[in-house]
Amino acid sequence: MFNRDRWREILEVLTSNVGRTILTAFGVCWGIFILIVLLAAGQGFENGIRADFGDIATNTMFMWTRRTTKPYEGLPKDRSFEFKVSDVQAIWDHVPNLRFVSPRNQLGGFQGGGNVIRGIRVGAYNVYGDYPEIINQDPMTVTSGRFINHNDIREKRKVAVIGQGVKSELYEKGEEVLGSYIKIQGVNFMVIGTYKKNSNDGDGEESQKEIFVPFTSFSQAFNRGEEVGWMAITAHDGSSISRLKENIIKVMKERHKVHPEDNRAIGHFDLYEQFNRVESLFVGLKAIAYLVGIMVLLSGIIGVSNIMLIVVKERTKEIGIRRALGEQPWSIKMQILMESIFLTIISGMAGIIFGSLVIYGINSLLDSVGPVDMFINPSVSVGVVSGALVILIVSGLLAGFIPANSAIRVRPIEALRTE
Amino acid sequence: MGSNSLHVLKGINFKAEDGELVAIMGSSGSGKSTLLNILGMLDVADTGEYTLDGVPIKDLSETKAAQYRNKFLGFIFQSFNLINYKSALENVALPLYYQKVGRKERQEKAMSYLEKVGLKEWASHLPSELSGGQKQRVAIARAMAAEPKVLLADEPTGALDSTTSYEVMDLIQKINDEGNTILVVTHEEDIAHMCKRIVHLKDGVIVEDKKIKQVRAQQHV
Repeated sequence: MFNRDRWREILEVLTSNVGRTILTAFGVCWGIFILIVLLAAGQGFENGIRADFGDIATNTMFMWTRRTTKPYEGLPKDRSFEFKVSDVQAIWDHVPNLRFVSPRNQLGGFQGGGNVIRGIRVGAYNVYGDYPEIINQDPMTVTSGRFINHNDIREKRKVAVIGQGVKSELYEKGEEVLGSYIKIQGVNFMVIGTYKKNSNDGDGEESQKEIFVPFTSFSQAFNRGEEVGWMAITAHDGSSISRLKENIIKVMKERHKVHPEDNRAIGHFDLYEQFNRVESLFVGLKAIAYLVGIMVLLSGIIGVSNIMLIVVKERTKEIGIRRALGEQPWSIKMQILMESIFLTIISGMAGIIFGSLVIYGINSLLDSVGPVDMFINPSVSVGVVSGALVILIVSGLLAGFIPANSAIRVRPIEALRTE
Repeated sequence: MGSNSLHVLKGINFKAEDGELVAIMGSSGSGKSTLLNILGMLDVADTGEYTLDGVPIKDLSETKAAQYRNKFLGFIFQSFNLINYKSALENVALPLYYQKVGRKERQEKAMSYLEKVGLKEWASHLPSELSGGQKQRVAIARAMAAEPKVLLADEPTGALDSTTSYEVMDLIQKINDEGNTILVVTHEEDIAHMCKRIVHLKDGVIVEDKKIKQVRAQQHV
């Protein structure tokens, strides 16, 4: 089946009209090229967006209080209220499948002036009162010292973990950071660690300028009492936070005497929902890339099919001779099919190589001009390439199918009559 | 094909013995080519029986027909019908390839047949580099390569000048001398007389069937 003679014949047929073969091949080459480049561009976009999300636990929601908009149980509307520390335990008790419930308090933020002092240096930073679990929800790498722990929480130690950005602004280069003190709104905290976050979105710099202190010490130092500013709640991987959040909010409404239909009293941001929305965008992008690529490829395949029909027509007499000499119909069919598959695969390979070169070029361009927003490392995986090869083989088969059948429909007697 | 059927042959009763050299003669339209095509399993008769070497030939699938053609029959055409991108040797080896003879053996066999027709030195030439007579000799070598029961020649000299025609006939006679059965369709009187038996066709029936004294082509060369 795959012997030397057959290969020689395939090459002879395809090289007998080189110009035509190349033009035909170009159709398939172009189709697969488009497919590869589109998929790579989609991947680049996906990589870019994913990098924006960083390592944040995506199955997470954030929740904060606002003013009520409906009177309820004798309480007026426009009433402001705060989450309490006891709400955390209530959430644990009433909602299953949660992984972390982190109450948070915050100083600074958008309007924050210079709130941190060290010696003669002053800085404006976000200061968070947090539980140790926050490091799993908003991942960061501790570069020196340690992160806050439960002993810090229990003993209300005035310790702080500062970001790289804080360190470079408040300290001289090479100065010892651990064990030194910074003054946050007039209260001294000892620095016990530094961290670095690895996201590269727009506020990447901002996220390196944060200070984490134990939640309990924060409350005490800054007179927050039992108040909780907001909460970061992460569900277990198996269950989506988007489905659990209704329940959580319901529990909160009950505890704070908020009208059950008052949808604006408790604000929340569902990261998982956002993430899912982006995820489905990726799926959509990929589908479009495949659709467009395969459509373009299809016109290439039709070209191949067309040429194979012409080849069969041209070789009608030869086919007649060969059948008169006793070649089996399946063998002729096989010959035409293999020519078609061979042509598609060769030209498809050219397309894949060409596409890879273009992707490689774009990558080195990106490397030289520096990072572009929302576009990182466009690439196609080996899986995609092998998928493309499968598509090629199938399309070669399809392209050769009609010509091969028309070849064996030729009756030798009629073929020989063609002069 | 076409919707109109035309009865070309109207009752042929014909039997060729082993080792015969039969000329089938007739003017154009007399049905001689149709007869040959039916004998060559390239066409099928509407009715009637055809037995080749004791095997009834009927209701053949294309696959079966191809097998029989390959095993039983060798074709020699007026227009040679060599495959023009294959060398002389490859053309001769083709029927053997379809018999799945190994490459080496195929080449050797094909070469020996080329030698028999005196074209050993031309083995690697393409048909376009050969003269008409040489092409026909390659075609004859190809027809013989599969060692068929019967050689069917459709106007083998039709495209050749008379000298070359006689050379080709000389070759055909020699092959016949070795005991091969050969059927030659021709409309040329002199070519027909180089066979051992002449069958005259007219309007689809045999009008004459006679044994003749063979004229050796050698004399004319």
